[in-house]
Amino acid sequence: MSRYRVEVRVMPRATLLDPQGQAVQRALHALGFGDVGDVRVGKHLVLDVQADSRDEALAHARAMCDRLLANPVTEDYDLAVEAA
Amino acid sequence: MARVAVVVFPGSNGDADTLAAAREAGSEAYYVWHRETDLQRADVVILPGGFSYGDYLRSGAIARFSPIMTAVAGHARAGGPVLGICNGFQILCEAGLLPGGLVRNARLRFLARPTWVRVEATDTPFTCLYEKGDVLEIPIAHGDGRYVADERTVAQLEASGQVVWRYVRDNPNGSTHEIAGVCNAARNVVGIMPHPERRNAPVLGGQDGARVFHAMEARHATQHAVDVRAVGDRHLRV
Repeated sequence: MSRYRVEVRVMPRATLLDPQGQAVQRALHALGFGDVGDVRVGKHLVLDVQADSRDEALAHARAMCDRLLANPVTEDYDLAVEAA
Repeated sequence: MARVAVVVFPGSNGDADTLAAAREAGSEAYYVWHRETDLQRADVVILPGGFSYGDYLRSGAIARFSPIMTAVAGHARAGGPVLGICNGFQILCEAGLLPGGLVRNARLRFLARPTWVRVEATDTPFTCLYEKGDVLEIPIAHGDGRYVADERTVAQLEASGQVVWRYVRDNPNGSTHEIAGVCNAARNVVGIMPHPERRNAPVLGGQDGARVFHAMEARHATQHAVDVRAVGDRHLRV
C-alpha cells in the first residue's frame, strides 16, 4: 500500500449560470482588471488516499466523486493523482 | 390519524414548525433522529427545512447518507408519501429520489421573504386539497434555491405534470421554468422550496400552506374509510 495525493477539481456545469463567478468578475473589473473575461468558481479538494497503485487510487477517487464529492446534475469534476 | 415522521438532521431548523403544522392538521406527528434506521410505521415522511451539516460540500449532500435515508428511500419505493421542504427538497434531490438539483440563488443573496406560488398539480398526496391554479403566499428562506435540471429532464417534468408549484409574480432565485416544487414520476415524493409550515394559521400571517398538512390527514382518512368531513374541527373536501 502506498499513499497518494488526490486532487479533485469540481466545477459548476458549463451550461449553468454561476452567480459567484459573475460577482467575482465584476469585482475584478471594478479593481481595474478589465482584461478578465468569464470567471467561474468551483471547489478544490485534496485527499490523502491509501492504495496499491496509482490506478487504484484513481478508481477509488472516481467512485468518491460519483457518490459524494460532485453532483452529476449540477457539477463536473476532474482528478489528478500523484504519489504522496 | 396519519402517522407522520419528521426527520431531524443536525442543522434542521424547520422540524418543530413542521411537527406543529402536522399536529394542527390532526396527524400523529413525531420526530425521528437521522441516525435511526426505523421510521416507526410512518404513513408519511417529512424532511424539514434547515441547514443539515452546515450545507457543507453541497446543501443536502451529506445528509442524504444519514442512516435513516435508507428507510426513507424504502418508504418512497413502496409508494409512501414523502415531502421535502427546503433543505428536505435538497436532500431528496441529492438522494436521487427527486430529479434535478438546487444551486445558489441567481442573485447571490440569501432570501427570507414571502413568495407567491401557483399550484400546478393536485394529484399528489400533499396538494390534493388545493385547486389547480390556486396562488398561495408562502415564504422562502434559502440561499441555494435555484432548481435546475438538464433540458430533457425539464421537458419530461413539464410533459408529465411533475411541476407541482411554480413561482408567480417574480422568480426569487432564478429557477428553471419558475419551478418552486416538483414530484417524482410516481407522484408520491414531493419537494418544495417555500415553507408551507410557516403559513398554516392566521396568527402566522396566513394559512395558505395549511392544506399541505390537511391533505396528508384527509388522504389517510380516505384510505382508512373514516368520516373525512371533519378533521381537527375543519371541514375538508376530498
